[in-house]
Amino acid sequence: MKKNNLGTGAGFVLILVWCLLPVAWIISLSFKSPEETAAGSPQFLPKDATLQNYRDILDNPDFLDALRNSFGIALIATFLSVVFATLAAYAIARLEFRGKRAVLSLALAIAMFPVVALVGPLFDMWRTFGLFNTWPGLIIPYMSFTLPLAIWTLAAFFREIPWELEQAAQVDGATSWQAFRKVIVPLAAPGVFTAAILTFFFAWNEFVLAISLTSTTGSRTVPAQLSYFVGPDPFNPPYGQLATASVVVTVPIIIIVLIFQRKIVAGLTSGAVKG
Amino acid sequence: MAAIDMKNIVKKYGDGFPAVNDVSIDVQDGEFMILVGPSGCGKSTLLRMIVGLEDITSGDMVIGDRKVNDLAPKDRNLAMVFQNYALYPHLTVYENIAFPLRLAKTDDKTVDEKVRAASKTLELDEHLDRKPANLSGGQRQRVAMGRAIVRDADAFLFDEPLSNLDAKLRGQMRSEIARLQKKLGITTVYVTHDQTEAMTLGDRVAVLKRGILQQLATPRELYDNPGNLFVAGFIGSPPMNFLPAKVEGTSVELPFGKVEISAEKAERAAGRGLLIAGIRPESFEDASVVDASRKGSTFRAKIDVVEWLGNTAYAYIPFEAPPEVLEQLQQLERDLDGETLRTQLVVSLDGSSRVAEGDDAEIWVDTSKMHLFDPATGENLTIDTANAGRVPALEQGHDPAQEMAAESRVADEQTAAAEGS
Amino acid sequence: MSTSVAPAAAQEPRRPGKLGKAPATARSVSENRLGLRLVAPAVILMLLVTAWPMIQALYLSMFRYRLTAPDDKEFVGIGNYTTILGDSLFWQDTFNTVLIMVITVAVELVIGFAFAMVMHRIIFARGLMRTSILIPYGIITVVSAFAWQFTFSINNGWVNSWFEWLPWIGPDTNWFGDHWPAMFAIMVSEIWKTTPFMSLLLLAGLSQVSEDMLEAAKVDGATWWQRLFKVILPNMRAAIMVAVLFRALDAFRIFDNIFVMTRGAQDTESSSFLTYRQVIEQLQLGLGSALSVLLFLSVLLLAWLIVKLFRVDLAQARGEG
Repeated sequence: MKKNNLGTGAGFVLILVWCLLPVAWIISLSFKSPEETAAGSPQFLPKDATLQNYRDILDNPDFLDALRNSFGIALIATFLSVVFATLAAYAIARLEFRGKRAVLSLALAIAMFPVVALVGPLFDMWRTFGLFNTWPGLIIPYMSFTLPLAIWTLAAFFREIPWELEQAAQVDGATSWQAFRKVIVPLAAPGVFTAAILTFFFAWNEFVLAISLTSTTGSRTVPAQLSYFVGPDPFNPPYGQLATASVVVTVPIIIIVLIFQRKIVAGLTSGAVKG
Repeated sequence: MAAIDMKNIVKKYGDGFPAVNDVSIDVQDGEFMILVGPSGCGKSTLLRMIVGLEDITSGDMVIGDRKVNDLAPKDRNLAMVFQNYALYPHLTVYENIAFPLRLAKTDDKTVDEKVRAASKTLELDEHLDRKPANLSGGQRQRVAMGRAIVRDADAFLFDEPLSNLDAKLRGQMRSEIARLQKKLGITTVYVTHDQTEAMTLGDRVAVLKRGILQQLATPRELYDNPGNLFVAGFIGSPPMNFLPAKVEGTSVELPFGKVEISAEKAERAAGRGLLIAGIRPESFEDASVVDASRKGSTFRAKIDVVEWLGNTAYAYIPFEAPPEVLEQLQQLERDLDGETLRTQLVVSLDGSSRVAEGDDAEIWVDTSKMHLFDPATGENLTIDTANAGRVPALEQGHDPAQEMAAESRVADEQTAAAEGS
Repeated sequence: MSTSVAPAAAQEPRRPGKLGKAPATARSVSENRLGLRLVAPAVILMLLVTAWPMIQALYLSMFRYRLTAPDDKEFVGIGNYTTILGDSLFWQDTFNTVLIMVITVAVELVIGFAFAMVMHRIIFARGLMRTSILIPYGIITVVSAFAWQFTFSINNGWVNSWFEWLPWIGPDTNWFGDHWPAMFAIMVSEIWKTTPFMSLLLLAGLSQVSEDMLEAAKVDGATWWQRLFKVILPNMRAAIMVAVLFRALDAFRIFDNIFVMTRGAQDTESSSFLTYRQVIEQLQLGLGSALSVLLFLSVLLLAWLIVKLFRVDLAQARGEG
């Protein structure tokens, strides 16, 4: 018994180190001055911690534009995706209709779809429709690619709401719409929220489409913008700047994770096993 | 308040299997009606058709003087208590009870009065602000009933409301429901698979088997005059004993010897060859404790096992049955959701009886309570039709033999008939 | 880009009291109509962005078509495909992709299972553990790539100084100067970022294994290893297979890490990267579309192989088997 606890404790420490060391590393790097990194600074902690990088990055209009684009695009895509997914998931969990299996298969196929394969045709189409390098040009594909995830998560949540509750509401005198609004919506709210977080993570993280379908800071998101920070020499990038920008865009993720960790885990695994 | 009249109700699913087949039940205004049967008998489906959660394939559903076949549940003004109570987990007990009133846009003052009155009746006052998740099984059950009684509904419907409670609570809630129904005098339809609930609660009981109404009668009528083998085996605990029997004159030959029956019964059973005799356990007694003046026959048998319960004792006596009887008994056992282990006689003895395992005891039997069944159709040959309520199979235009044969064919095909519950 | 797993989808909910399909009553007709109406927006959107472009790609793949010279568009039939399949770069990149997929998924499976075991047993600091494990999951892949690039950096990384005691690592080891070290660095970043996802899925599977069964195995005299291999793992089969399926398909699409860490230098290019380069950097829409189609077909093939090979039962994975 004692040996087991020791092993678990050691495993616990190992997991923490594994997960947090790279994060600690970029945080430390973000406090190193440009002079220090230019001269080569292989030690973990900064010799002379400075906030210079933060001042620079928050003064960098390209980065601020990218942040704005990232937030705008991710939030709009998340909102729309969750709305559509809620409708579809409710139908899938609760109603009998022809083509249900086809919808589920389609969602499954899209979740596995290689995004890069779409870059060419989308690039071509978006230029034709004038969607290239615009917010909608990213929002539309982000919605499509997050829909399967959102539909599954939500369908799993809807399935957990006992069917009888809705019937009871109908017997109690509710119309279908009232039963949905007064019983299903309040109970599904945590699920909708979880789906929204996962969708937001996807949109916030997405890179392939972001570099392929944008050309200026007018719509370029943070991951794409970061890859353009590299500067003239790809083997000697501005370490401090990049690390600082990385820290800034990771902060929202950490905040979300801190507050909603339980929901995220539930959402991620909701489909994998019966809740 | 209203009567519920079901006329020739049929429910067929896509594969053509009739889950409910031509069932007619008239629930009187204020009556407590029980729908009972083993799983797969269609009782829950029937209830859900009354409330409007299932479509009716054919037949008429009349509540009060309205035909409701095509009305949505919300327009039928019925209240229902679900098996899992279906309490809204995001609402407090108060709001759960108030839910139907809120939907009907009742003003706050009336809502409060009605909810308080209901909670008083159901002793839920101190729990009004709690969420259902924090309640015990019995409390949840009472909240579900509260939601039903604030409604001024035309009728109450219960779908196996006690099946999720433990045995002790089940007994308490059973009497609670009976008291409430008497107090409110409201038409009630109650679905259960438990014959004890059926016997204790119902004004009348409808026994169903595979979608077909077997008998509709008061509990006493069902007990004393079962319409067929199935009802006889379903009602009563421990269940009725079934023995192979041959009638000759007024004497009946049972595995343990000959007993005498009345001339009237003997006449009805005459010339039928091998029959099945049904005798309830309490019609037997240890001959040594029976008052000699009581009429009846005695026989000797070897006692296999005795279960002594204090006030009474059950003795088990194995016997051999011929194949045709055995087959029918095994089919019956399957219909009752049971498993046949062995053919044995269960006799209920007085607690003072000293009969012990292995004894060769003398057993007394009251043959006036004995019924004789046709092994092919299951029909009760000795039924007292004046005191048996309604037995659809015996009504005009029905040929019991044909029906039974058709039924057992269906049974073979649909061994795993799913039941909506 | 991690994707949540929800094989659940394949299982239709059983409605109480229903045996087979109901006949077409007014209710079922209106239910059918409502259902179609509710899924329509999602379905149209999903098709608009995938099916339609895929058809477009199929069409374009049969042309020599370069955006810089749109007037030279010329029908070449399967010419683009023969060009690609005859090119050693395509095969090199496919090999890289498969190698990365196999190694990362295998390593993640082992580490992820170890993590899951720890998380399953731990009774203290569960919140801290969950938060830590979710940070790599939530972090932007590009950021992870930068963090690891800097970790392995020759001037500013700590790997060379911390692991100097290993014989093949010195202060001037250039991780991005050679094929295998660069591949190694890429895989480390990929593994770091996606192991948490794997471990959460496995944890969900692990918690489905009943304690009673493990105790029964203990009483029957099974050792720790026997319990692991004869009781725990067989009962987690479905969860493991689903995790492998989704992670393998995800790893096959690897792009972000390579883009940031090497830009494909030292022959570290993946199939996705090759496709991207043809379309966006060289504007070879015809050739690029042919690559897109091939990539799509490989993913289909891969999914089919995994499902067939491991007999992943998606419905069973939900615990309804």
